[in-house]
Order: sequence, then C-alpha cells, then structure tokens
Amino acid sequence: MSYLTITDLSVRLAGSPARLLRDVSLTVKSGEVHGLVGESGAGKSMIGKAVLGILPRAVEIASGRIELDGADLLQLPAKEHRRRIGRFCALIPQDPLTALNPSRRIAPQIMNRLTDILGWEASRARKRAAELLDEVHIPDPERVLKSYPHELSGGMRQRILIASAFAAEPKFIVADEPTTALDVTVQKQILKLIREMQARHDTAMLFVTHDLGVVSKVCQSLSVLYAGKVVEATDIATFFRAPAHAYSRALLAATPKYTDPDASLIPVPPTVIEAVRAEVEAADEGWRG
Amino acid sequence: MADGRSRVRRRAGVRLWLSGGWLVVLVLAAVFAPLLSPHSPLEQDLFLGRMPPFWVDGAEPGYYLGTDSLGRDVLARILYGARVALIVALVAGTLTGLIGSTLGLLAGYLRGWVDVVISRLIDIWMAFPPVLFSILLIAVMGPGLVSIIIAIVVIDWTRFARVVRAEAMAQGAMDYPASAQVAGRTRLSTMVVEILPNVLPTIVVLLTLEMGIAVIVEAILSFVNLSISTDDPTWGGMISEGRASIHQAWWVMVLPLIALFLTVLSFSQFGEGLKDRFDPVLR
Repeated sequence: MSYLTITDLSVRLAGSPARLLRDVSLTVKSGEVHGLVGESGAGKSMIGKAVLGILPRAVEIASGRIELDGADLLQLPAKEHRRRIGRFCALIPQDPLTALNPSRRIAPQIMNRLTDILGWEASRARKRAAELLDEVHIPDPERVLKSYPHELSGGMRQRILIASAFAAEPKFIVADEPTTALDVTVQKQILKLIREMQARHDTAMLFVTHDLGVVSKVCQSLSVLYAGKVVEATDIATFFRAPAHAYSRALLAATPKYTDPDASLIPVPPTVIEAVRAEVEAADEGWRG
Repeated sequence: MADGRSRVRRRAGVRLWLSGGWLVVLVLAAVFAPLLSPHSPLEQDLFLGRMPPFWVDGAEPGYYLGTDSLGRDVLARILYGARVALIVALVAGTLTGLIGSTLGLLAGYLRGWVDVVISRLIDIWMAFPPVLFSILLIAVMGPGLVSIIIAIVVIDWTRFARVVRAEAMAQGAMDYPASAQVAGRTRLSTMVVEILPNVLPTIVVLLTLEMGIAVIVEAILSFVNLSISTDDPTWGGMISEGRASIHQAWWVMVLPLIALFLTVLSFSQFGEGLKDRFDPVLR
C-alpha cells in the first residue's frame, strides 16, 4: 500500500520554462524508507519540499500530482493542505543549527506540535516532550527542555529535531540530509537513531542524501536523480547488486573506499554524463509546460 | 566563554543603569515640571536678564541655572523642554518603529511582489533629502507638535523597514520557519510567532536610536523655528535663542545642549544595554 505517490511532477522557476524537476514519479509505501540520491543540485531536496508545500518563493509546481494517502495534495485548498501536512507529515531538516528557533526554549518548540496539531493540553504535551527526549536518548530531558538551542551541541539539536518530528506520530517524514551538517562520529549515532525511531513508529520516509553508504543502511528503495530527472528507481538489493543505469553504476563506482583511503577518487566519466544529459534533453523536448 | 559573557553582561549592566537613570530623571522632570520649576518658564523679567547659574559669581538666588536674555528661568525652560523632547521621542519613535518594522517584516519574510513594492518604495523614499523633506512637510502642515511627529514618522520609517527587512530575510532563510510551516502554521503566523521574536532585539535597538534621532530632529526643527509655537520652551529653541548671546551668557545655549546630548546618548546606550541583556545568545 503506497502512502505517497508522486506522478510526473515538474517544478520550475516561476515564469521561466527551465525545469528544476522533470516529470518525477515515485512511490513510498507505508512504513518504508525511500532514498533520494543524486549530486548537489539534482533536485533531491526540492522533491521533499514540494511534498511538504515549502518550496522557495521563486519556484512553482508546473505539472504533476502528489498523492498523500490517496488525496491529491495539489488540488486541496490551502487550509486543508496545511492541516493534512501538519497532521500527517514532518520534516527532519538538514541543518540542526538553524532548524530550532534561537529565541525560544526547547520545551515550547516540541510542545507546540502536540498542542497545535493534536490539541493536547500544555501539561500533557510537556510530559510527552520529556518522554520524547528520553526516547531519542537525551540524558536529563528536564534540563534540555529548559535550554535555549545555542546551549546545545549540533548532535543534541538533531536529536531534538528528530524527537519533535516524531512527536505528533506522523505517517510520513521527509529527512533532508539529516546527517550532513554533523561530524562523522555523531552521524553514525544519528542514523542509528533515525532507523530506530522509524522502525518503532512505522513511519514512511523520504530520505534525501548524497551518501550511498547511508542509503544502503537506512532505505528499502531508492530513486537516483540527475538534473531533476529520475534516472533509476528500484529496491535497495537490486540497486547494489545490479544497478540498471550507467549513471547509477558510475555513482556507485565513485563512492570512496574506506578500505583504501589513499586511492584516488573516481569521477563519473564524461561519456556517462553526456549520455544522461542527452536523456534529460530528450525528456524536455516532449514536455509542454 | 563564560568569562566573556559575564563581562558583556556587567558592562551592559552599568550602561543600562547610567542611561536608564538619566531617562528616568528626564521622565520625572517632564512629568513634575510645574512642581519642580521655581519660576514659570514663560515669565520674563528684563531686570534679571542673563543671570549666570549658581556656581558662577553674580548668580541670582532662586535662579539655579541662570536666566536668558529675556530674564526667563533656564532651569524651568529645560524642564518644560523635556516634555516636548520626550513626547516627540516616545510617540514619533514608536510610530516610526511600528510602521517601518511591519513593512520591513512583510517585505523580508513574504518576499515576492510584496517585497518588490515595499523595497522600491523605500528606494524612492530615501532619494529625498531628509532635512529638506521635513522642512517641506512642516511648511505644508504648519508648525506644531503633531506636524513634527508626522514629519519624523514619514521620513524615518525607511530606517526600520530596511534593517528589519534584511534581518527577516536572514531569519527566513533558516530552517526553523520552514519547520514551523510543516507543522501547520500559516506564513503569516510563522512570521509573527517565529520570525518576529528573533528580529525584536534589532527593533529595540533601532527604536531607542530612533528616539534619540527624534529628539535631535525636533531640536533641529526648533532651531530653524519650524517646531511648535515659539512661546513653548523647547531645547532646540533655547539653543537657537542662546546662540545670539553665546559670548555674554554661554549657559543659555550650553545647558540645553548638554540635556539634549545626554538624552540622545542615553537612548542609544539604553538600547544597546537592553539588547545585551535580553539577547538569548549572550544571556
């Protein structure tokens, strides 16, 4: 049963024919983690933002459908759209340093979700906030709840953001490169935590990353993007055993080997890039926005 | 880190107390001017013209800060002048801040056509020479307290709008407003609940600066005789009148000048102190 279905989604700069996403189609099943991989600027984050309705002002959806639990989000009135996203979706943002409001303490920032979305009373929300922090293995939740964001480390803040993303029991979460801004030792813990929380709450997830190693650990399926176009979509086992697309193979080959840190990096060969560019252009020819 | 922070706080403390102290004295002086003044600020006595303040030889008992060339009590005029200065500072400063910050916040956070309209308006507005603009406005509206306040608001809102816009843009680019929207907030409520509190320290500093500027503008307009009626004592008016007799009676010009200087300085220092005290990162 697919929870999120995106069909032929195109996104462009407002008032310009240039597309940033090119007929993207993908499905995320209930309780499944779907990886979005690609180079910087391939449009990975853009997909997540389009689903959550937080695209930058200069970007607009040109065509396509985004179905969340059977309802076409793009056809919903703004208020209903906001309500559904708020109730059923959440975001684990990329940069934990700017994702918490610097002038508010932690407690209200987590509690707000419970009071606003679920209509809980403050005292109940406060208790649940402490439980949530405990759930993401934060020691001394009471002290952290009273802290301001700047008093906490990056890893700690990302744990808080994960707790607050899962707070209102969403059915679907967009994790937008949740470990990129953290240092390597913390990255591993945070990944483990996300997997743990995802499994416990059985949440469907769109996991944006450029790290194939991360994908292999967290996701059950993935889409590979190039220049806003999905070049390959498959399940994890197939992808790592026998990637179908030449670009996917090149990406896999480009992954640095931990066993030999001195080996020189392998770039994606120019021939592969030319081929995938040609594919993208061919897709643009047939498109009337 | 902790050391630096406490040093900042201590310095902010001294600054806050000194500047706040002067402002409190000023408010009390303005409110209780009739009780504190030994003489009426308008009462003339040509036989008592240009009496020096009490610490100078030849001072007249009862006239603590001396008299001007018409024999009016300088102390009484400074006290009554504080009323005009404070009203202008508070009313004009607050209105300017309210209008400018609202427009800046809307432009900086909502972006799009709202930003285009407001930003172009600011650009056009700032192309007018401000002093000329205010003199023109007063000339059209006629002198008076209300005209001065309107002139200050009309000219200075751009100061707030520009700074607040830039600040709101920077805050809007962070991840927390997006998170708030995913959690079901509208753009407008995100702006008020999430962005505004983070722009507030900047607004407070600007506000106190603006109050100082308002006092100066009022003094400038009084100086060129465009302020309120010439009978009512204002610091700018006193400075202007004192200029004529600066060689015979320096105190007529210098004493209101000192009051003006301390007031403007106190406003700006008070703002800085408040910011250091209430900024959550420094706290």
